[in-house]
Amino acid sequence: MAVQTSNIATPVAAPKATPHVSVRNLSVQIGDRPILKNISIDIPDKGITSFIGPSGCGKTTLLRALNRLLDRQPDTKVSGQVLVDGVDIYGRDIEVTEMRQKMGLLSQRPFPLPMSIYDNIAYGPRIHGVRKRRDLDQIVEHYLRETALWDEVKDRLKASPGSLSIGQQQRLCLARGLAVEPEIILGDEPTSALDPVSTQRIEELFLRLKNRYTMILVTHILRQARRLSDTIVFLYMGEIIEYGPAEELLLHPRESLTREYVKGFIS
Amino acid sequence: MPATYHTRKRRLEARVFRVLMLASVLVIAASLGAILWSIVSKGIRSLNWEMITQVPGGGFYIGKGGGILNAILGSLYISLGSVVLGLGISVPAVLYLNAYSRQKTWFAGLARLVFDVLFGIPSIVYGAFGFTVMVVLGLKTSLLAGIVTVTLMIVPILARAMDEVVRLAPPELSDATYSLGATRWETAQVLLRQSLPGILTAILLAFGRAIGDAATVLFTAGYTDSVPTSLNQPAATLPLAIFFQLSSPMAAVQNRAYAAAIILTVIVLAISLTGKFLQQWLSRHRI
Repeated sequence: MAVQTSNIATPVAAPKATPHVSVRNLSVQIGDRPILKNISIDIPDKGITSFIGPSGCGKTTLLRALNRLLDRQPDTKVSGQVLVDGVDIYGRDIEVTEMRQKMGLLSQRPFPLPMSIYDNIAYGPRIHGVRKRRDLDQIVEHYLRETALWDEVKDRLKASPGSLSIGQQQRLCLARGLAVEPEIILGDEPTSALDPVSTQRIEELFLRLKNRYTMILVTHILRQARRLSDTIVFLYMGEIIEYGPAEELLLHPRESLTREYVKGFIS
Repeated sequence: MPATYHTRKRRLEARVFRVLMLASVLVIAASLGAILWSIVSKGIRSLNWEMITQVPGGGFYIGKGGGILNAILGSLYISLGSVVLGLGISVPAVLYLNAYSRQKTWFAGLARLVFDVLFGIPSIVYGAFGFTVMVVLGLKTSLLAGIVTVTLMIVPILARAMDEVVRLAPPELSDATYSLGATRWETAQVLLRQSLPGILTAILLAFGRAIGDAATVLFTAGYTDSVPTSLNQPAATLPLAIFFQLSSPMAAVQNRAYAAAIILTVIVLAISLTGKFLQQWLSRHRI
């Protein structure tokens, strides 16, 4: 996508205040069931923003709306805007593949592609035109190091990802996503299938990456949201009830619904 | 503590059904054994090197020298040709249904219904259809006509079997490729890779049907004692070789039919075993 940020007149402000992703009046309907109702939210540049809320509140749908994965779901109607760097990704001239390349996705269950460890990382760069073996070798090593996998897999790059533990697989998927150089990382409960030790390693990675990427996580674990998030968004029945800095929202919620959820009365 | 009446009843029930299930397995195994025994016992003495290296000599059908190389090669040409041609048609169709059209559209539903209907049509109908088309076009029996007709028969088998496998590919897989910025075509390729082992099963299934079917090739490929050297020439096939020899009143010729059946069975077995090994190799990167 071309640089179009300048089209939007932004008042002079500290760079941090410019949202990376702005959701404007987003509504999603599956069949005749409204899943998201008129959502508007600014997601800050860099740092970790978490979507929390009870099951079925629409947090995963909101996440999937952000890189247009909803497009592929049958009977799904999306209206409203999602601006990334000021450009509406639901706009007419958007090249969806390029837009998606800017946003890595980590799903609940790690799902390596049906190819070797090496090829899993190289897949993204390859489809985006990296052909030289030496460049690919470099990319693979770089992102495996970035996700602290290199020492564990450097001797078996040609092996199947099936030989990795599920925690290693999730880090492989993270490395695979990072290898296409996204700006945003979307995580859909990315630790829910992992054991506590693997979860901790993923969380450490997130905390390391959050200075360079805008990270948006869906989680149903409040302690995790608290450990990781800079900003928390609380959703309930398809609506945003409250959002703000993590500590503030969790410790001093303004809305009674948030208070009840945080205390564990609704789940 | 002695078992109550109820517990004893449940235990008896479990035992009865276990025996029934075992019996079913034995029936299947025994029928396979009986079939193999009958063709091997009758055919093994007529099986010799000449049988698989030579075409029928003069007087072959009254018990004189020669072999059925014409039918062996004809069958391999037709079944391999039709599997290749069939894949060329069914793979794109299946990928289209799964990666391009959304799962629930009426079009995909209609396409699957058509496959099901075609799947259920008896092979003699395909044979008759092929023959009708040939008559209209003024064509003679040929290897090509045989391949095309058998392809028509196996395309629904291939498509339906592959569709089931590709549909089972987890949605996370395409989520992953799309999120990396892959196009639909690139996603379809990964989907295909994920489904390769299942596609191989479909191929084996279709190959078995193709090489074993007599009705489709009867009027379309015809029969000849020589090995076809071009697509325009007629081609013999093993099922027809079995049929013609079995119809002979002479015991020696009949036994040769069983020998041909052994050869057909061995080919199918060899292909299946190769397929199994390939399958393991293809599955090595799958989660």
